[in-house]
Amino acid sequence: MMTEFTPVASLLGGVLIGFAAVVLMAFNGRIAGMTAILGGVLEPRNPDGFWRLAFLAGAIAAPLITGGFGAEFGFAAPTTGIVLAVGGIIVGVGVTFGSGCTSGHGVCGLARMSPRSLVATLTFMATTVATVTLIRHGIGG
Amino acid sequence: MNRIVSALFAGLIFGLGIAISGMANPAKVLNFFDPFGTWDPSLALVMGGALVTATIGYRIIFGRRAAPVFDSRFHLPTARVIDAKLVGGSALFGVGWGISGFCPGGAIPALGFAPWPTALFLVAMGAGMLLARWLQAMPTRQTA
Repeated sequence: MMTEFTPVASLLGGVLIGFAAVVLMAFNGRIAGMTAILGGVLEPRNPDGFWRLAFLAGAIAAPLITGGFGAEFGFAAPTTGIVLAVGGIIVGVGVTFGSGCTSGHGVCGLARMSPRSLVATLTFMATTVATVTLIRHGIGG
Repeated sequence: MNRIVSALFAGLIFGLGIAISGMANPAKVLNFFDPFGTWDPSLALVMGGALVTATIGYRIIFGRRAAPVFDSRFHLPTARVIDAKLVGGSALFGVGWGISGFCPGGAIPALGFAPWPTALFLVAMGAGMLLARWLQAMPTRQTA
């Protein structure tokens, strides 16, 4: 399935993601990493968890609100059902052991010049390319 | 209360950025990771734009302030060790990302405009996170 190269939208979206990380650091002193934020919500004994729920609510609401004003966002999931569920479990285990994902390591961690985040980012980018390449062009492909 | 409002504001910007950028679109994400096929380089601009903005913003914040506006200190990760857990976990995350096209930060905003099949992915991911937590607690459980 082809997708269109969207340099302007993607660059603008990226700048917004970075700006969100800056806002969360400036006001809350927190890393805008989705793994840690979700992990904190899954920790029921955490007394200081409400900002995480607020961040998540905002992240879910923004496309809904802008969609209400007519914005359209491309979406196509080439995989569904069991494959998506298996992928989800692997992502959940991986980001927990790896202490972060694209937002935490790839944006916030690299912005802080963290060697751990550099290693993590290079590792998951490499295995993602390898996985997609194997699935799409592997045996018989 | 201030903290909740600022986090909500940051979340709104984050969600909008993810949706506009294409990070919440598994087909687009997977094409970025398919340089030998239907390659779509858009995600390089997402990562680049986010990283440059965050790097400059963090420099300004850490250069000018000893603490954030609504808290007494910055909550920064203290781990320094590059170990098998970090590398293995990250490698595994990439495999899951390559299978599904969803990363955690991409999937949460996708819930707002494509609830299905995003919800399925997120429930499975939550189960994976709890499973990993349970596995991590195993050694202490055995020695206790």
